[in-house]
Amino acid sequence: MTTIDPTPRTYPFSEPDRLRLDPFYAELRKQEPVSRVQLPYGEAAWLATKYSDVRTVFADPRFSRAATVGRDEPRARPNSQQTGILTMDPPEHTRLRKLVAKAFTARRVEQLRPRAQRIADDLSRAMLRKGPPLDLVEEFALPLPITVICELLGVPYADRTDFRVWSDAFLSTSKLSEQQVNDYIEQMRAYMAGLIERRRDQPADDLLSALIQARDEQDKLSETELLDLSVGLLVAGHETTATQIPNFVYVLLTHPEELEWLRADPERIPGAVEELMRFVPLGVNAAFPRYALEDVELGGVLIRKGEPVLASLASANRDESVFDEPDQLDLRRDSGSHIGFGHGPHHCLGAQLARMELQVALGTLLRDFEDLRFAVNEQDVTWKTGMLVRGPQHLPVTW
Amino acid sequence: MSWQIEVDGDTCIGSGMCSAIAEEHFELVDGVSRPLRTDIDPDDDVVDAAESCPVEAILVRDAQSGRTLAPEP
Ligand code: SF4
Repeated sequence: MTTIDPTPRTYPFSEPDRLRLDPFYAELRKQEPVSRVQLPYGEAAWLATKYSDVRTVFADPRFSRAATVGRDEPRARPNSQQTGILTMDPPEHTRLRKLVAKAFTARRVEQLRPRAQRIADDLSRAMLRKGPPLDLVEEFALPLPITVICELLGVPYADRTDFRVWSDAFLSTSKLSEQQVNDYIEQMRAYMAGLIERRRDQPADDLLSALIQARDEQDKLSETELLDLSVGLLVAGHETTATQIPNFVYVLLTHPEELEWLRADPERIPGAVEELMRFVPLGVNAAFPRYALEDVELGGVLIRKGEPVLASLASANRDESVFDEPDQLDLRRDSGSHIGFGHGPHHCLGAQLARMELQVALGTLLRDFEDLRFAVNEQDVTWKTGMLVRGPQHLPVTW
Repeated sequence: MSWQIEVDGDTCIGSGMCSAIAEEHFELVDGVSRPLRTDIDPDDDVVDAAESCPVEAILVRDAQSGRTLAPEP
């Protein structure tokens, strides 16, 4: 086993620069696949950068999310999340996940596709009516996934202005103050608690009502779990997709040849979405550390029991031992083995939903906007800052 | 009547849903699920697991007719 420099490197290694992945990850994969890093908050951690090691950290039960509770977990923000499905291990985790898993299978999601397509059609028509230039984020990328998750979960779309603001609290690193984060999270929880009470009296055909039933009639989850899960579904159900739509459009606009190839045949879209999922490093840094429950050898390094490990999905998706020329966007490649949605028990619950929405979004934009372009210089696109994810704050487009 | 179960190991993302729902039927080895036995007596838990698998990596069939029982097409 190799000896590792005990001084952890400051992490993330650099300020996020658009969707560029720091080349230092490639160096680490070669030289020091499991290394020591220090995030702005919490204790120092190990960082896995190779595809196989990253998968191990996410899927091996010896690496635990539940063990982060009560620890000073490595994180990019002052607040530390101590409850919810992401801080659980199987079988507790599975008990909750099971309650919602069936609503998100490929088949169930396929049934939502026609509705998602109608929403996208409406948004696209409205954009054409208003005329260019427009902000793709406000006009398309946000309303599409928000409408879909609102309908699926049973959250009134009219309340979006409020919960949009509160949602940022769950992904803020420094955009919001610690106080704001706590306030917004409290407001979001109070809002959701109110909604749960209303649905309790008047159940509807939606996921929220189904979860309430699982709680009240079958006692399958506690009231706090019900609340955490509902909030989690609402936030995760739109934030990431709303960020990935403009990310994907940005990548395509900066890769005109790939875009042209994609335009030629709509059947290429599903494959393209997978390659874009691989290529776009959505997270600013590796997050959600796992704690070793026993001594584990990983990538030639001994992780001791009780030590935290981070695993970089973005780096794994650029691992040259799995993908040829990993830093190239190549929509023709078979990117099926990417882990952009994670891996193991916490693999994105909404992966199929996100895939479907991303396919619908790209399909609609390519169909209706034959000459979609940046309405500003590419360098002048403003990017989110102080957030866990990367993405354009606004994406002004013209056609 | 008996059933056959298959897991597509390349598709499986190691979520562990199946082994949690039907622990007598699936186990995870190195983060990939596999059936403990391929030929089984009918068991609703297996259907439940196949319906809950996020990537539909599990196939449940009727051993005689070969008809797919889960996931529902
Ligand atoms: S539920 Fe599906 S993805 Fe998860 S472990 Fe089982 S077969 Fe694999």
